Amino acid sequence: MASITKPLIPLVELERNELGLTVRDYEGAMSTLCAGCGHDSVTATIVRAVFELAIPPHMISKLSGIGCSSKTPAYFVRGAHGFNSVHGRMVAIATGANAANRKLHYIGVSGDGDSLSIGIGHLAHAIRRNVNMLYLIENNGVYGLTKGQFSASTDVNSTSKRGEPNLLPPIDPVMLGLSLGATFVARGFSGNKEHLLPLIKAGLEHTGFALIDVISPCVQFNDHEGSTKSYLFTRHHEVQVDDFTLFQDGIHANGSDDGAVTVSMHSGALLRFRSLPADYDPTDRASAIAYLERHKAPDEVLTGLFYVNEAAPDLHELNKTVTEPLVAVPFERLCPGASALEELQKSFV
Amino acid sequence: MDPTDVADPTYYHRVVDCQWACPAHTNVPEYIRLIAQGRYDDAYLLNRESNVFPAILGRTCDRPCEPACRRTRVDGEAVAICRLKRVAADLRGDVADRLPRAPAEKNGKRIACVGAGPASLTVANDLLPLGYAVTIFEQHETAGGLMRTNIPAFRLPASVLDEETQVIIDMGVDIRYGTRVTSLRALLAEGYDAVFVGSGAPRGKELELPGRRDETGETHIHIGIDWLESIAFGHTTSIGERVLIIGVGNTAMDCCRSSRRLGGKDIKVMARRPRGFFKASPWELEDAEEEGVEILVNHSPKRFVVENGKLTGMEFEILEWDEPAAHSRVVDTVVLPCDDVILAIGQENAFPWIERDLGLRFGEWDLPIVDEKTMESTLPGVFFGGDSAFGPKNIIWAVAHAHEAAISIHNHCQGVPVDQRPPFGMNLISQKMGISQWSYANDFNPAGRQQMDHVELSRRFSALNLEVELGFSAEQTAREVQRCLNCDIQTVFSGPLCIECDACIDVCPASCLTITANGSEGELASRLPAPRTNPEQGLYVSAPLPQTGRVMVKDENVCVHCGLCAERCPTAAWDMERFELKIPYAKDATVAWSR
Ligand SMILES: Cc1cc2nc3c(=O)[nH]c(=O)nc-3n(C[C@H](O)[C@H](O)[C@H](O)COP(=O)(O)OP(=O)(O)OC[C@H]3O[C@@H](n4cnc5c(N)ncnc54)[C@H](O)[C@@H]3O)c2cc1C
Ligand SMILES: Cc1ncc(C[n+]2csc(CCOP(=O)(O)OP(=O)(O)O)c2C)c(N)n1
Ligand code: SF4
Ligand code: SF4
Ligand code: SF4
Ligand SMILES: [Mg+2]
Repeated sequence: MASITKPLIPLVELERNELGLTVRDYEGAMSTLCAGCGHDSVTATIVRAVFELAIPPHMISKLSGIGCSSKTPAYFVRGAHGFNSVHGRMVAIATGANAANRKLHYIGVSGDGDSLSIGIGHLAHAIRRNVNMLYLIENNGVYGLTKGQFSASTDVNSTSKRGEPNLLPPIDPVMLGLSLGATFVARGFSGNKEHLLPLIKAGLEHTGFALIDVISPCVQFNDHEGSTKSYLFTRHHEVQVDDFTLFQDGIHANGSDDGAVTVSMHSGALLRFRSLPADYDPTDRASAIAYLERHKAPDEVLTGLFYVNEAAPDLHELNKTVTEPLVAVPFERLCPGASALEELQKSFV
Repeated sequence: MDPTDVADPTYYHRVVDCQWACPAHTNVPEYIRLIAQGRYDDAYLLNRESNVFPAILGRTCDRPCEPACRRTRVDGEAVAICRLKRVAADLRGDVADRLPRAPAEKNGKRIACVGAGPASLTVANDLLPLGYAVTIFEQHETAGGLMRTNIPAFRLPASVLDEETQVIIDMGVDIRYGTRVTSLRALLAEGYDAVFVGSGAPRGKELELPGRRDETGETHIHIGIDWLESIAFGHTTSIGERVLIIGVGNTAMDCCRSSRRLGGKDIKVMARRPRGFFKASPWELEDAEEEGVEILVNHSPKRFVVENGKLTGMEFEILEWDEPAAHSRVVDTVVLPCDDVILAIGQENAFPWIERDLGLRFGEWDLPIVDEKTMESTLPGVFFGGDSAFGPKNIIWAVAHAHEAAISIHNHCQGVPVDQRPPFGMNLISQKMGISQWSYANDFNPAGRQQMDHVELSRRFSALNLEVELGFSAEQTAREVQRCLNCDIQTVFSGPLCIECDACIDVCPASCLTITANGSEGELASRLPAPRTNPEQGLYVSAPLPQTGRVMVKDENVCVHCGLCAERCPTAAWDMERFELKIPYAKDATVAWSR
């Protein structure tokens, strides 16, 4: 007999957050991914992050497209709203949802295939619109769900499981985000949760489009020698650029900030970066791009919170929408009737 | 920390809390699984191998395993280990042809045992199959020792006792009933190759207070264990209506419950201290109170009230317990009228029949000096076990001592030093059957502990020997077996396979696992995901892992053996393996040196 449901063990004293919830209250269904998939670690880190930020589960909306990575919203925050869209369309749905209700926290989970091939057009426009959401790319360099074809993020000469090298140059989601004007751009590694956790928390605190490229190995199809997205390769080549601390309650940020770059966030949180390289400022896009270009060595996997801009207007500010979620707007205001429409049309002539 | 040495059977043995706590190391989780499969014979025989008297112990064991059970740390209630043992015994079929047998050809060595209690019987059980001739001298006409004379039949039916003691005797014990050993010197002169003293702790403690010797006619002040014995032999058949029991240990519980059955109506158990200090097992207290016995705390006996040569009551000092000072002080006195008083304040050893000039030395409290490992006294060739060795304990300890003594006797008779002990061994057997398939029920069952049903009160006192506990029903058994966490199914780690993907850590429902930088024990313990609340339990530390050189750390304390770590590990670095402790007995000692 066998069971693979994770039981609740009554007497293990679990820590509770401000809402009185435990980390187990933020879990979802049991994962059906391959044992050892990096995506499961990302799931666990999301669970930890929303628990620590004490976000009420019903104030979260989780969305995804198609892929192994896109299956993961089923595995976290079972009390959240969710939408599993068609391949590559997650962010279009997220944009619509966000337009209708700006009060929720949007967590989009996608893959390198979902985001950089079929979904790249939608992704580009969501970045342009600065949709206030966290957008995670669980990047394994392959189409995991369809059995390991090279994706648009596979490095040149990284090999397939059978040993064939990839010849097409990759799209780097970080550079893509920076060039299109994403207001929060980061890279993490599923095998380094101590670093990934603050990245995800900061991304959730950010107002605007937070793009995190997470290197998340596919144990089944891309964890071999010759792959540049394996656990071993990433571990041996990860170079962490920053050392930042997120203070959820900015007022209580302690310690001196000598030589540190400090960013106050709309949410009230505060980010403090220390031991930054001399030629690099994470609040200056040009400096971030220049830094990353200079370090584009094939044997370095740079990770960190590369760029953050809290000042850019988001979708709602740009479009001057109502502050209330549409569900809370009285029907008469939402749909003021034929005469109001006529008035409006008159104003166009 | 250094990598944990899991090749030493002690490491995994400790994880099996019940087996570790059991003096005889009974393989509890395995017998519970056998019961779950309906394999009662196998469950019985597995029990018998280590504890020799499963049917007796399934009713009476002191059960040190239960407070130790991992389940108590999970939902506060131990698995009903003892009750399940009774299930195995009650439902077994005929196992006669699977019991040990004495060979026709003897080895020429003769062993004398004093007393036919559980200790001596266990020695016989272990040595007869090796060809020894075992003679047991017993002063009474029956075997079983205190199990026969003191444990009341409403807790342990005679038929159950007969069956398990007789099986050993029928293996070929030369049993001399009605024969009291009065001189060790004389016994030694009979030329036995070894002597085992299993004579118990036969003397009940006295309470010399004013009035104790003032009765003129027949006495109404009884020594608990003697009184229980005279009930067992049918000499005592009644008691007065008002009975005071002095002391609140297990003997007191048997005395008050026996009084209830012999005509006692107003029965009070008198305790010096508050409840937390009671020596009686919680379940015995519960059963006594259910039968209407009153327990009075903070009463210290002062004198027996004897009027005209007849006991009429007892005077007590009323105490007040001062918790911070851990001390009582007297606040008042009271006289409680009564017809009988039963003294149940403890037992003592007495060896009037052992001459003090034989080289067998005695220490404190007139106890013989006995080696705790070999059970040998200071006189080579004379061994002790059970209550005679270190004072009154219980049946399972008597059995455990006797297994050790049997090894020593075997060594002694073969000319091998007694301290050369055959080692413990182990087997580890993978339980993986396929993807998501384990050969044990690995799901965590949140069911609560099943309660034992009792004979209804209206019928309970109709006969002195009516067994009170009814045993578990099939439904109760089915539920209870699933509460066992299978602590013997060990999480076995192969570091070289680990790719540090964290899957095991993320899935573990009890947060027992961590991959982290190594450190000293205390410092490492401070970095665990769940606080290390029980340092008694092992902290497993692997060798440095291949990719980062960090180590895998597991706090054994909270693991529920669900197997999810192994289930989710992509490389099978974790495996669930059944741990089988190889407990050495006298028969294994032979193998060890004949090679
Ligand atoms: C009232 C009471 C209730 C108990 N209930 C439990 C219980 O529920 N569970 C439990 O585990 N334990 C219980 N015990 C304790 C348990 O019975 C003993 O620890 C256990 O029986 C000890 O076994 P033994 O073989 O060392 O000695 P014993 O059982 O005491 O046997 C010693 C035998 O040696 C014989 N003997 C002594 N001297 C001589 C001599 N000189 N010559 C010949 N024969 C001799 C005696 O007649 C006796 O038969 C209880 C004890 C008492 C008093
Ligand atoms: C419209 C459409 N085209 C193609 C597919 C087939 N398909 C399913 S998943 C997938 C790629 C998934 O890759 P990625 O987003 O990297 O996810 P991963 O499984 O690697 O996590 C493709 C091409 C599809 N489901 N729908
Ligand atoms: S849960 Fe089962 S195996 Fe574990 S300690 Fe309790 S009885 Fe023993
Ligand atoms: S068996 Fe594994 S997953 Fe289950 S509690 Fe123990 S360590 Fe955790
Ligand atoms: S699941 Fe297996 S490979 Fe992954 S960290 Fe745990 S033991 Fe190592
Ligand atoms: Mg992919």
